[in-house]
Amino acid sequence: MATEEMEQLVRRDYKEGFVTDIESDTLPPGLDENTIAFISNKKGEPEWMLEWRLEAFRQWQKMKEPSWAHLNYPPIDYQSISYFSAPKRPEDRPQSLDEVDPKLLETYEKLGIPLHERAALAGVAVDAVFDSVSVATTFKKQLAEAGVIFCSISEAIRDYPELVKQYLGTVVPQNDNYFAALNSAVFTDGSFVFVPEGVTCPMELSTYFRINAANTGQFERTLIICESRAQVSYLEGCTAPMRDENQLHAAVVELVALDDAYIKYSTVQNWYPGDEDGKGGIYNFVTKRGECRGARSRISWTQVETGSAITWKYPSCVLRGKDSIGEFYSVAVTNGRQQADTGTKMIHIGEGTRSYIVAKGISAGKSDQSYRGLVKIGPRAKGARNFTQCDSLLIGDKSGAHTFPYQEIGNSTAKVEHEATTSKIGEDQLFYCQSRGITEEDAVSMIVNGFCKDVFQELPMEFAVEAEALLNVTLEGAVG
Amino acid sequence: MSDTQTFLDTLNARSQQCEAEPTWIAARRQAGAARFEAIGFPTRRDEEWKYTDVRSIAQGNFALAESAEFSQAQAAALTLPLDAYRLTFVDGVFSSALSDLDALPDSVQVLPLSKALIDNHEAVGGPLGRLTSVDFSAFAALNTAFMEEGAVVRIAPGTVVEKPILLQFLSRAGTPVMSHPRILVEAGGRSEATLIEHYAGETDATNFTNVVAELMLDRGAILNHYKLQEAPLGDMHVASIHVEQSRDTRYSSYNLNLGGALVRNDLISDLNGQGAETNFLGLFFGQGRQHVDNHTKVNHNAPLTFSNENYKGILDDRAHGVFNGKVYVKRDSQKIEGFQSNQNLLLSDRAHIDAKPELEIYADDVKCSHGTTTGQLDEEAVYALRTRGIDEATARGLLTLAFAGEVLDQVALDAVAERVELAVAGKLPERFNLAGLVEAAVALND
Repeated sequence: MATEEMEQLVRRDYKEGFVTDIESDTLPPGLDENTIAFISNKKGEPEWMLEWRLEAFRQWQKMKEPSWAHLNYPPIDYQSISYFSAPKRPEDRPQSLDEVDPKLLETYEKLGIPLHERAALAGVAVDAVFDSVSVATTFKKQLAEAGVIFCSISEAIRDYPELVKQYLGTVVPQNDNYFAALNSAVFTDGSFVFVPEGVTCPMELSTYFRINAANTGQFERTLIICESRAQVSYLEGCTAPMRDENQLHAAVVELVALDDAYIKYSTVQNWYPGDEDGKGGIYNFVTKRGECRGARSRISWTQVETGSAITWKYPSCVLRGKDSIGEFYSVAVTNGRQQADTGTKMIHIGEGTRSYIVAKGISAGKSDQSYRGLVKIGPRAKGARNFTQCDSLLIGDKSGAHTFPYQEIGNSTAKVEHEATTSKIGEDQLFYCQSRGITEEDAVSMIVNGFCKDVFQELPMEFAVEAEALLNVTLEGAVG
Repeated sequence: MSDTQTFLDTLNARSQQCEAEPTWIAARRQAGAARFEAIGFPTRRDEEWKYTDVRSIAQGNFALAESAEFSQAQAAALTLPLDAYRLTFVDGVFSSALSDLDALPDSVQVLPLSKALIDNHEAVGGPLGRLTSVDFSAFAALNTAFMEEGAVVRIAPGTVVEKPILLQFLSRAGTPVMSHPRILVEAGGRSEATLIEHYAGETDATNFTNVVAELMLDRGAILNHYKLQEAPLGDMHVASIHVEQSRDTRYSSYNLNLGGALVRNDLISDLNGQGAETNFLGLFFGQGRQHVDNHTKVNHNAPLTFSNENYKGILDDRAHGVFNGKVYVKRDSQKIEGFQSNQNLLLSDRAHIDAKPELEIYADDVKCSHGTTTGQLDEEAVYALRTRGIDEATARGLLTLAFAGEVLDQVALDAVAERVELAVAGKLPERFNLAGLVEAAVALND
């Protein structure tokens, strides 16, 4: 393959790189109990929430930062991060899109996501998180009619404290891991979704995250609950402006599915990956976990990871309910000096539980990528079934692709399969396409898209289009 | 820490007896002891030992054997019925009575380490410890600290060794003892040989064997390495095997594990020259409360190297199996082919397997894959056999054997293959009897 062209493709600029100049009410860097009290107070939280945060903080102080991942980054100084940043004038926050700061709307315009148009056309309710505070929520009324609660986690803590109390931290406990504990202590915003019994959410729910003010770590907390026979599809998409400082992002996402419930969680992540030398870029250390509590419940994770300097996340499913199903579909693309250590965990506890994992990794440039997964079959998970496929595609001889699947099987009725391959785009494949008049670039694009097809198929329509475009942009000029 | 102290005390007592040894060996021994003292036994918090708890070794109190007495009749029953050059060690102590090196050609040296050290210790000093440093693991450090016996095999360039070289390690019942055999093999350029490590012993033995083997293959050498581990069910067995392959060499490992209460094998091949090829074949059977852990690693350090791995596990009762296989491709090692497969059969609800097949790849022009499956016998296949008049137990037996067959078929030494087949049949007596089964199959064919 033409090396030059590949290099060109790899050397694309970050298209979404710009900083919106909005004054922020930012807390000076540093973390102690006062910081947490400030955040809690700023959010107008009840006493129990503050206690909960402080408890997490105390546990976090006793924990050690994990170092087992196949990643390389300088130590993070948690005291140099500012833990709160909110757009100014929180009192007179816009009540509708028309009142939204035009600069913010401009930001969305630049991203190619005209909020109102998009919401109207696609029928998507958007809870836009702009620097930690939700500034616009649409279609609330329509959702309310269906009985669906979709709001920011801060609102939920104020308006539905009982629900939050009942579910928060039950899937990802405060002391689950270092970053989850940190998040539990300082989370500033995120989404809350509650779909009551028997309700199918009338539209796909979506949150667009943007990291803005420099030096601000983003600690989102998302909680989605589906009661019996309820269904929801949730979309999360991310872009971030270009800057020099590394930004830590340690979100926690918790999903709870009761009997016969179905939660579909899709992510397109395109945060700033740093420049060619790996300078700048986001550290994305996320804890995502869903629990299939009810019988026949189903949780499906789909992710397209193209951004961030470092991605470290394992969306997982705890399959507790009888015959519950966990799914994980992932495409991860790394370029430049990006590093990704990602995968999933499927914990089979209940009888007849099934899980399906498809992970596709593409590493280009000098990037490094690992798939790390766990399939655990407990002694009571009679007839549990897992199929895992993880394939890696290498572009350029300076990239790396690794696979670390863990299988712990304690049940003789379980069937567990794992397949993995690593290869590059075959010269013969390219030749085959080119001999039929397809240009090298198109051929590579076709092959890469074909490689990812199994995952893209799982994405909701709007995201599938976006994902394919993103993939082409990411590898533009590089592949072929 | 007190666990390590028991071993260090035994070591100190021993060191005082061997004052006359060359200084380099004393220095290495000390380095091993220092390293072991510094790191202690691994715990399950160590990623490499995540699934294997070595407390039963660490908390044991093992003496060192003084003699190599073993009943001739019993040794004869345990010995593989093979025409081979044979070195026998009883609880780590060399037994010349049970060894047989008749007609060994001049181009091949097979001798106990103790003798090699007396004859020409400088020749041993260079290669010994070159592949397995004391930093490799606590067990490698411990082995180095205690190293005094083992086997040295040197094959001159171009030599084809007609008969297999058999290293036999026997374990006696009685007071628990430990042994730390050290095996050093230097296969000269374009030489060809078959090496067999065979571990067996008296049924009631409860000893600890901690072997380190270093195998060096010079350009174009071919080495078939069988490790038949049928240690008594009360024995602890830890083995670290390092292979160094230069250009155009071919190494085949047949790692067959049947015995031992706690077994851990580390098998590492370094493919350092173009055209080098390594084949790892493995089979492990577990029953009762046996714990069998196989860690393998293939390092593709040079372009145009090939590896192929196939490990099969069969676990019954409350046995616990571990498979951790890693294929590593160094930066710029292009045109690599590395394949790995691990399949496990769980025969009981309380059997447990932890599998972790890993790929770590830093070059793009490679073809690497791994696959692992865990499951049960195919019920439809069982049914298909039953419709042909085969009773259920026999049908399951046949299918289990067929499962193992993929590895066993490649074992070129009938004596070894038969031993495994018989052992498997013997180990699963309620389920099937191999001898009867084969007869039945033959009868059916007639």
